[in-house]
Amino acid sequence: MDKEKSLKDALEKVNDGMTVMIGGFLGVGTPEAIVDGLVEKGVKDLTVIANDTAFPDKGIGKLIIKKQIKKLIASHIGTNPETGRQMNEGETEVELVPQGTLAESIRAGGAGLGGFLTPVGIGTIVEQGKKKLEVNGKEYLLELPLKADVALLKAKKADRAGNLIYSKSARNFNPMMATAADFVIAEVDEIVEIGEIDPDAVMTPGIYVDMIVRGDK
Amino acid sequence: MDKKQRRELIAKRVAKELKDGDVVNLGIGMPTMVADFIPEDVEVILQSENGFVNLGPAPEPGQEDPDIVNAGAAPVTIKPGGAFFDSAESFAIIRGGHVAATVLGALEVDEKGNLANWMIPGKMVPGMGGAMDLVTGAKRCIVAMEHTAKGGAHKILKECTLPLTGRGVVDLIVTEMGVIEVTDKGLVLKEIGPGFTVEDVQNATGAELIIDENLKEMEV
Repeated sequence: MDKEKSLKDALEKVNDGMTVMIGGFLGVGTPEAIVDGLVEKGVKDLTVIANDTAFPDKGIGKLIIKKQIKKLIASHIGTNPETGRQMNEGETEVELVPQGTLAESIRAGGAGLGGFLTPVGIGTIVEQGKKKLEVNGKEYLLELPLKADVALLKAKKADRAGNLIYSKSARNFNPMMATAADFVIAEVDEIVEIGEIDPDAVMTPGIYVDMIVRGDK
Repeated sequence: MDKKQRRELIAKRVAKELKDGDVVNLGIGMPTMVADFIPEDVEVILQSENGFVNLGPAPEPGQEDPDIVNAGAAPVTIKPGGAFFDSAESFAIIRGGHVAATVLGALEVDEKGNLANWMIPGKMVPGMGGAMDLVTGAKRCIVAMEHTAKGGAHKILKECTLPLTGRGVVDLIVTEMGVIEVTDKGLVLKEIGPGFTVEDVQNATGAELIIDENLKEMEV
């Protein structure tokens, strides 16, 4: 099975009102060609789950500027002043989550877990509305899994079966997001034939990946 | 001391807290400067929460790799022996007690070791990023900051007024005025910055300081 499709095919999978996970850390490891396509398509009312909103001209920041996001779940928005403005004006709903909790919530979503217990956020406003449990004398918050309709990933290399290899610190949230969405699209710099990636080198098994598209490079 | 000298003094003093073999996470800003002052005979493994260990210095101009950046998106390098990993593993390392120390700035810190450094309601809400995980998971939490805010407003308080990053998490506070340890009894002034008196430090602090009986000049 050849999972390579066109950028147009990928964009057809993302529609108004969907929940979308987008990989990347301040734009590093974000599928820029897909994001640019979403801006062009004008898809709106998205719920976006991502680490951050990068910069106004980079990564997810571009979706913020075009006001295509209705709700954002992220750990950090400080590098994109427009996100903070939209949050303060009540234009965009923003849920801020500790970064490790965000990563683990996505992992839990893809791993069939009903949630997990973390000490992070105890004694802070993060604990508001959450169940607290004591285990062996220590307090934990029950954090719930996150799932999405579509995950948009960036990898360096894929084979036609969708096996992925990421580049350096561009890996970040991509591997967890690959497991936690109904439909998974990876934008990659290079596509090779099946068998050309050593199974030992695969970082995300192709079984998680539904579609691969070529990026700009 | 001008601002640059104050920041260098603080970074130098914090660097002395790091031990050979420690895995350490440095926050963005002044904490990042600590790396420049780690003695040559001390090998510290820097962790970058966006997904690697053995973070190295900034590359030579023209040698930047867009896929190797620190948690503030600045180009950095990875040293031989380093390793990349995903964000879930990065925070498993942090929460799991595999980080010996984290060095962060603060908006406020109080005598119970509470730390506030992620938001000012109605003004600045950048988000907590990885800070809550770091202060909760790292074995030691060192606050590196200038002693007071602009205009001399106290940052070291009896009780934090801003939303907390972590409760009872801070172990040590290093400022240009001194080194303060957070203990069950309160804040203990262990070392005093060059050119300051105990009275200066107390006047610049919004909580009562316990003066260590072996109080000494800040060693850098």
